[in-house]
Amino acid sequence: MNVQECYEAIGGNYQEVLGRLRDDTRILKFLSLFLNDPSYDLLVNSIAKDNAEEAFRAAHTIKGVCLNLSLTRLFRSSNELTEALRGKSEVSGEAKKLVEKVKEDYLVTVDYIRKLKNA
Amino acid sequence: MKESKKKILIVDDSELNRALLVDMLENDFEIVEAENGMEAMAVLVEHEMEISMMLLDVVMPVMDGFEVLAMMNKKGYIKTIPVIMISAENGSSVIDRAYDLGAIDYINRPFDERTVKHRVMSNFLLTLKQKELSELLSAQIYEKEKSNSLMIEILSHIVEFRNGESGLHVLHVHTITEMVLKAIAEKTDKYNLTAQDIRLIGNASALHDIGKIIIPEEVLNKPGKFTPEEFEQMKLHTVEGAKMLEALPFHKEEALVRYAHDICRWHHERYDGRGYPDGLKGDEIPIAAQAVALADVYDALTSKRVYKPPFTHEKAIEMILNNECGVFNPLLLECLKEIAPVLQEELNVASYGYAAEKNIDETVKQTMKMDGTEASERTLRLIEYERMKYRSLADLSSEITFEYTAAPEMVRFTDWCADALGLSMNILDPLNDEKFCARFPKEAFEDFVKRLKESSPERSIVTAKYRLNLSGEVKWHKVSAKTMWDSDDDEADFRGAVCKIVDINDEVLRMENLEQQAERDPLTGLYNRSAARSRIEKLLTESDGKTYALAFLDFDDFKRANDVHGHQFGDEVLKEFANRLRANTRASDITARVGGDEFIIFMEYRGDVAKQAERIHSRVTGEFKGFDIRCSLGIACSNANCIDFDELYHKADVAAYSAKKQTKNIFKVYDDSMESLLAKCKAGDLE
Repeated sequence: MNVQECYEAIGGNYQEVLGRLRDDTRILKFLSLFLNDPSYDLLVNSIAKDNAEEAFRAAHTIKGVCLNLSLTRLFRSSNELTEALRGKSEVSGEAKKLVEKVKEDYLVTVDYIRKLKNA
Repeated sequence: MKESKKKILIVDDSELNRALLVDMLENDFEIVEAENGMEAMAVLVEHEMEISMMLLDVVMPVMDGFEVLAMMNKKGYIKTIPVIMISAENGSSVIDRAYDLGAIDYINRPFDERTVKHRVMSNFLLTLKQKELSELLSAQIYEKEKSNSLMIEILSHIVEFRNGESGLHVLHVHTITEMVLKAIAEKTDKYNLTAQDIRLIGNASALHDIGKIIIPEEVLNKPGKFTPEEFEQMKLHTVEGAKMLEALPFHKEEALVRYAHDICRWHHERYDGRGYPDGLKGDEIPIAAQAVALADVYDALTSKRVYKPPFTHEKAIEMILNNECGVFNPLLLECLKEIAPVLQEELNVASYGYAAEKNIDETVKQTMKMDGTEASERTLRLIEYERMKYRSLADLSSEITFEYTAAPEMVRFTDWCADALGLSMNILDPLNDEKFCARFPKEAFEDFVKRLKESSPERSIVTAKYRLNLSGEVKWHKVSAKTMWDSDDDEADFRGAVCKIVDINDEVLRMENLEQQAERDPLTGLYNRSAARSRIEKLLTESDGKTYALAFLDFDDFKRANDVHGHQFGDEVLKEFANRLRANTRASDITARVGGDEFIIFMEYRGDVAKQAERIHSRVTGEFKGFDIRCSLGIACSNANCIDFDELYHKADVAAYSAKKQTKNIFKVYDDSMESLLAKCKAGDLE
């Protein structure tokens, strides 16, 4: 599997990220960093603790990173979640639903990135 | 010295985002990272002076981007450190808020390398140049400064500290004075107030109380009423302040100083003649002093003083309008009424800005303590006053200064200069700006920019002279510049320059005039002997195959001109003769008056030199106002053996002498046989 194939599998925009980062090696470097980003764990934990403010920040960070790496699918779900959490003091039912979507997209994404890395 | 990389602080809670930015910028900058706002503030506290730019995320834990901006405002960092916001937030309210808080640019995610690099670079260069400019100025004007703007501020604040006043008084008086004068200028042109005058008067108003420095402290800060003696003593601050300015060893004639003088002496005069010290009446009191008097009274009323509580804005206005603080010019009172609604707000803004720059107070304290502040620290401090100083300096010296940026090509003036030139402060693409080129002609500016680019980091001073039209009249100006480079090595890229224009028209004309005087015969305007000699020698040594002839023309019976026609007539004849010479020679020929009635022509010739001699002789001789101009002409030619001026001159002289000896009023071409004739005659009739 190459970087382009990986992007296709995870619903990302390969052309866009290539335009920004110029070459595959760099894309791979930052995708690897994405694996280590603690925001996802923070998101899951703060949702569990019903800490909406912290969850907002975590979702926002994921959204920002996805934008920069053109991880379009995960960007969409994390963006929706961010907006659902914005300015809230507790995690709403809607937000909880949206978290599930983010989880699903995130796990697929990191799964493929790991495969790409080990390829 | 190789310049080290500038530091950029990147503040983002996501390591990945920071890594992306580091990746893009690490080639050009040294990167410092912070995970959240709090860490960023910690970095700033410690390294304020080293950080040249900050990239700041909005949403972060512990302390978010807006809180950082707010804190930077509070601490004053926002003025020295440019901040670019980077965020996935793209609502316009978020962006507006960032700009309101002083961010200079906003980059949305996702960002690409080009955008980030470009925005960082251009913002960086812009700020860097401002800093360099101010450092340059600080360094260059350090000595000068003792006598100008900073000194004005310091002096006036010293007075206030002694007065026990808030320190805001000077600023308030400045603000009110300018507001009142602007209102007057709109109403009437009776006082001829230009925007520049108003600014100068505003600056000069800072000095209105300097005379208080000689009033004993017990009197100055006495809480109760003055005794009549004390009041008399107090009144003296007007006259004494004016005297100090009169006693200045320099700058006495500067408009700023003249305004300051009038303000010092007469800011306690009243319109009905019942003020002090001179009891001037009506418009005998200069308008500058009238405006400052009004401003002074208003601010005194609304401020707390040792002898009184502060009055409200409304009460103060009412008291002034009722003439409770003396009578003012009705026109001024009208203006006061007009500006009253916005006055309070303006003063608040002024106070806020002032509070942010309360470092001035520190400078004053430091200066008063004289505790050996280090020059470097002082220089840093000075940077913060750049704008203030720059403006006052330009006011004081009437010099035009501007900044040139290579890419994008741009010229930036200070507001004063822009005002004075009738141009906008920022001129993009100056070569295609009609108004700019009307002041600074296109060819001249192109030449200037070429010179800038040809300089180098080691030789970064450029000076050139151009004819510019800065004031409705084309005059010679000297344009000097210091060019700026992105590093100190050979590969350095040209970034721009700070430049100064000085009017040197009088100097140049004087020089030209002197040069002419030194080379020309005052009566005829022809070259004198020595000027002709040096020019001829130059031509002879560079002759490269050309042949030259030197004609020597000696008047016959010149004395008769004066004898017959009166003593002025001789001069007239010589002038006429010179005119005829000019009319019958080419521009490349050299004509000179070498003695009382002796002239030479030096010219290139081809073919028969006798014909040329004959032509000239027939043209320059002949009747003038009833007097017959006659002369003997001798001519000698240069050849391979004779390229020496003295020899040529001698031969032509000999030939003319031989002509004179023969019949007069003829021409002769030199030949060697004439030498013996000359020798014979020398022995005989030469004196």
